[in-house]
Amino acid sequence: MTTDPLPGTDSGLVATEVAFAYGPLPVLDGLSITLPSTRLSCLVGPSGCGKSTLLALLGNLLAPARGTITHAFRRPAFVFQDPCLLPWRNAVDNIAFGLKAQSIPRRERRDRAEASLATVGLAPADAGKYPHQLSGGMRQRIALARALVVEPDFLLLDEPFNALDADLRRQMQDLVRQLIEERRLTALMVTHDRAEAVRLADRLFLMSAAPARIVAEHDIDRAFAERDDAFLQVQLAWLQDAARPVQN
Amino acid sequence: MSEDRAGASLRTPILGTAAAGLLLLALWQAGHAAYGTLVLPSPAETFWAMGKLATNGTLLPAVAQTAANALAGFAAAVLVGGMLGTFAGLWSPARHLLQPIATLALGVPAIAWVVLSLLWFGGSGLAVAFTVLVTTAPIVFAAATQGVLTLDGSLRRMARSFRVPWHVLMTDVYLPHMLTHLFPALATALAMSWKIAVMTELLGGTGGIGDGLATARVQVDTAAAMAWIVVIVVLLWMQDRLLLEPLRSRLEAWRRELPGAGASAFRSPAAT
Repeated sequence: MTTDPLPGTDSGLVATEVAFAYGPLPVLDGLSITLPSTRLSCLVGPSGCGKSTLLALLGNLLAPARGTITHAFRRPAFVFQDPCLLPWRNAVDNIAFGLKAQSIPRRERRDRAEASLATVGLAPADAGKYPHQLSGGMRQRIALARALVVEPDFLLLDEPFNALDADLRRQMQDLVRQLIEERRLTALMVTHDRAEAVRLADRLFLMSAAPARIVAEHDIDRAFAERDDAFLQVQLAWLQDAARPVQN
Repeated sequence: MSEDRAGASLRTPILGTAAAGLLLLALWQAGHAAYGTLVLPSPAETFWAMGKLATNGTLLPAVAQTAANALAGFAAAVLVGGMLGTFAGLWSPARHLLQPIATLALGVPAIAWVVLSLLWFGGSGLAVAFTVLVTTAPIVFAAATQGVLTLDGSLRRMARSFRVPWHVLMTDVYLPHMLTHLFPALATALAMSWKIAVMTELLGGTGGIGDGLATARVQVDTAAAMAWIVVIVVLLWMQDRLLLEPLRSRLEAWRRELPGAGASAFRSPAAT
């Protein structure tokens, strides 16, 4: 499912003056952000600044205390840092879990889940395996397949590659980037890895420490395939420069 | 696992059970030889008495009545304890209200509940089922509450992110996790149900195996008393082997390692 932009704009989501607090502790304070439609945006910032909270707010898992969030998406899907698979369901049933929110017959749920195994690079033989029988990388692929099988129009990724080793991380980054391009999805990824952010993002957002605001944003226009090391170094230097005042 | 080892692992429990049975029979026979029939009738006398109870039409109706009383009370306990326990796990004010009540109910000795239920319901099957209900429901309640409370918060968050309806949340997320806490509690409660039912029947004269035991006591018929005891032990053993064990193995299928997975290499030879 391709993401529809907001009417009359090329934006997928606009949040204005959003505030949120956990009890007396303010996390976000008057934060505004505009996500480009059908592009991957990356959110970077100091740890504990509220990146994941912002993701939950934009994905409708939390309601802001103040401010407005306008979007045209109907079906957001999350991929979390931990794969969050149901240990008592096998790979296919875990993938099909998200489809249970829609009125899809059991047979079709299973067929779609099985078909999506290949999309994320898993073999049909993995279908019946339980999470504890799979490697960390395979579990994260299943979490990605579970998010994609619901045909989301907004993909939210919360540090999804954190637990993976360098090679696997790179493979998964390429896969996610490729799927977002193929499906023309609006996506927002939280990461603490600046190199990952400049490698993947079409637009970068830099957050301040809590109570957080967006302190800088930056478009990276070059096509993903043409981003060589030299180009990435320049982008990284920009990000490091911009981040200096907010570092803690 | 090689075929030989698989065969050995299957045979070992059967051989173990048979050996334990033979050992008990030998000790029983030795006790009989030492103390005589009045104190401890021999296994042969006991099985003869059991045969008599079966042929004069006492055994089967008594077993059926005890089973009906015990299982009715147990089913009610699962329903009431399970639902209230789940509710208490999900909503903390309910937990704060219900947990002390469950602790109090558990603190009342089972024999006190027997007396109270006989006073309230007379010598009927209802008294037996009620006693089973009040003594086992707190166990189910505590396990259900614990099952809900220990669910990994990240799984709840994941389920919320997909906006699955509440019944899917219960059947796919909460219930399978709760079963790991509930199943041992249910097995304990079920075994307890039979014992409590027999105790209430014995004191209330409400029919069933307990009533048979009371009659044997009045008639100083130790062989008949032993026969009833053997009946209840066999029933509980069959329940464990034929019902609980297959169910346990089915419920825990998702915990198994893949054939040839590394973990089996660390298992001690005695366990295989």
